[in-house]
Amino acid sequence: MKKLNILAAGAAFTFAAVGAAQAQTSPTLEATKQRGQVNCIVSEATAGFSSPDDKGVWRGIDVDVCRAVSSAIFGSPDKVKFIPTTSKVRFTALQSGEGDILSRNTTWTLVRDVNLGFEFTGVTFYDGQGFMVRKSLGVKSAKELDGASVCVSTGTTTELNLADYFRANNMKYNGVVIEGADAIIKAYESGRCDVYTTDKSGLAGDRTKLSAPDEHMILPETISKEPLGPSVRHGDQAWGDIVRWVQYAMIEAEEYGVTSANVDDLKANSTNPVHRRLLGVEGDLGKMLGLSNDWAYNVIKQVGNYGESYERNVGPSTRVNIPREGSPNALWTKGGLIYAIPVR
Amino acid sequence: MSQEHATESAMARPPVTQVGAVRWLRENLFSGWLNTTLTLLTIYILYVALPPLLDWVIFNAAISGTDRDNCTYAGACWVFVKVRFWQFMYGFYPEPERWRVNVVFIIGILGVASLLTSRVPTKAKLIVGVCMLTIFPVFAVVMFGGGVFGLEYIETSQWGGLFLTLTVASAAMVGSFPLGMVLAIGRRSKLPVVKTFCVCFIEFFRGVPLITILFMASVMVPLFLPEGLTLDKLARAIIGITIFNSAYMAEVIRGGLQSIPKGQYEAAHALGLSYWQGMGLIILPQALKAVIPGLVNTFIGLFKDTTLIYIIGIFDLLGMVQASFRDTKWLGLAFEGYAFIMLVFWIFCYSMSKYSQYLERKLNTGHKS
Repeated sequence: MKKLNILAAGAAFTFAAVGAAQAQTSPTLEATKQRGQVNCIVSEATAGFSSPDDKGVWRGIDVDVCRAVSSAIFGSPDKVKFIPTTSKVRFTALQSGEGDILSRNTTWTLVRDVNLGFEFTGVTFYDGQGFMVRKSLGVKSAKELDGASVCVSTGTTTELNLADYFRANNMKYNGVVIEGADAIIKAYESGRCDVYTTDKSGLAGDRTKLSAPDEHMILPETISKEPLGPSVRHGDQAWGDIVRWVQYAMIEAEEYGVTSANVDDLKANSTNPVHRRLLGVEGDLGKMLGLSNDWAYNVIKQVGNYGESYERNVGPSTRVNIPREGSPNALWTKGGLIYAIPVR
Repeated sequence: MSQEHATESAMARPPVTQVGAVRWLRENLFSGWLNTTLTLLTIYILYVALPPLLDWVIFNAAISGTDRDNCTYAGACWVFVKVRFWQFMYGFYPEPERWRVNVVFIIGILGVASLLTSRVPTKAKLIVGVCMLTIFPVFAVVMFGGGVFGLEYIETSQWGGLFLTLTVASAAMVGSFPLGMVLAIGRRSKLPVVKTFCVCFIEFFRGVPLITILFMASVMVPLFLPEGLTLDKLARAIIGITIFNSAYMAEVIRGGLQSIPKGQYEAAHALGLSYWQGMGLIILPQALKAVIPGLVNTFIGLFKDTTLIYIIGIFDLLGMVQASFRDTKWLGLAFEGYAFIMLVFWIFCYSMSKYSQYLERKLNTGHKS
């Protein structure tokens, strides 16, 4: 077992576990079980990723990751304590142990993975910076934006990416730097700038806030890579494994056509070995993770597969409306990047 | 009618230009070329700005229905505020348990009201006041949090909305006032240790932004606390706000203490009163009365500052509303949300300011001309 660099608290468990059993032990899992809930750090409010609905129930892609982990552990998607954080305090909230999973539209980068002492468990959403312009401007590509005024939010990587992109393409721009997403969109709408730039996930949602969304378009270029995904603390790999494989199980379920609607039927009747392994009819996959064997069944039954989560939270049927077809967030079989490592 | 005419007969009515609305208008709005220009300018600005504003707020606004589809882009979407209203009030506090919050607030309002009116006798006020400061906070915490007497346990992360704003503000006000008083007196103390400590304390907390204090309280303190010892995030935030505001409070009160003539201190001594007796009976009542506007100013500032706890992920009224218009269903209704917050905050702050004016009039003993 690969548990050598576990921290002091986990050391005792580790020595007991090595060679003793097939099942991993995870201090975080133990603590979570004892507490009866998963502590999940989410965004204080990002449309489609995490926000409270009319009843105060948290919804979103990031939220679904934590609900899925809760289903895998407890067999119920509601044993989660959501800890809303602003982007400024999210990392310390994970480091200080206030939360067990950081699922807050956070970009996976080397520095964050290594230097902050986190372990990213996968990518839930491939985001990237894009541009929105008025259709009346007659621009079809970001390469034609020389001399444009660009609305951008302060102190983010968005601002740096913008500068890099224009410099690399030998173009000039006037930056209109504004704090706060709502203020920026109003500035763009009132004509203070020709172009509005932020991550595409944000652009799609922000477009719906305009009084005439159809008069604006998102340019095809994506000028940065922003793979968003959940992370956990270094030092408890077994916990990281649980979060990672819960994510893969959701993707694999979509790849093999398992949905929350047909999961009961497939569990009872399917002869496909992939289905049988995934749903815990065969093998001991759950036990190896320190969970029950129907962990993935519970996840799919209660939260759904990746595609269901995507459609429900950011798909074209929602106001956020980020089309999945042709984007990196399509399944790999459909030309996207969503790919599950085999759950076997 | 001419001037001569009016003086000839005392029974004659004064000229139209000298009475009623016309006189008021002349004296207040058109008394000179400058005021006339400003008045006309203001009327013009109102003429330009008011109709679209009223259109947005009232005439084109949507209020009926429960869904986003009931709204148009022409006017405000008050449906959003209507649907989310109780969430704005209570945050995530579970619906069946909200009566607990109501009970505490009704008792709190009754208690405060009885202290504020002049109809209740002073002795009764004293009893109520002591209860409000000792038993009531404990009662409130038990009712809000539960976990005892068969009340369901409700984590502070579930608290939110206006209820949380008021809780944080009143806890911080009640805490920072006495602390500020002690610091103010300490800063004027002749004992070097006490004085140095108070000066350092006040200058430090007045010199750093509230956001940094909240940030420290929220994320740094848990790192320093020994393993196993935890203090609730909300409690840490309230302590942070209290300490921060006590520094401001101290300086306001010190201003009052310095305005008291030396003779008053000496008179207290001459009457044989001890230092604390003199402070409590002679100096502080006068000093506090003198700085009511400053104190209320600080209270109002504190009330509005509580919105900063949003930065550490506690959903007060502002945080709750902001989170709501990021819900995919209500995306883009920021204006409506902020307008609602403005109204709520204005009502509270204006009431506080009105009460302070009333208090000043009531306590005015005619020392000042």
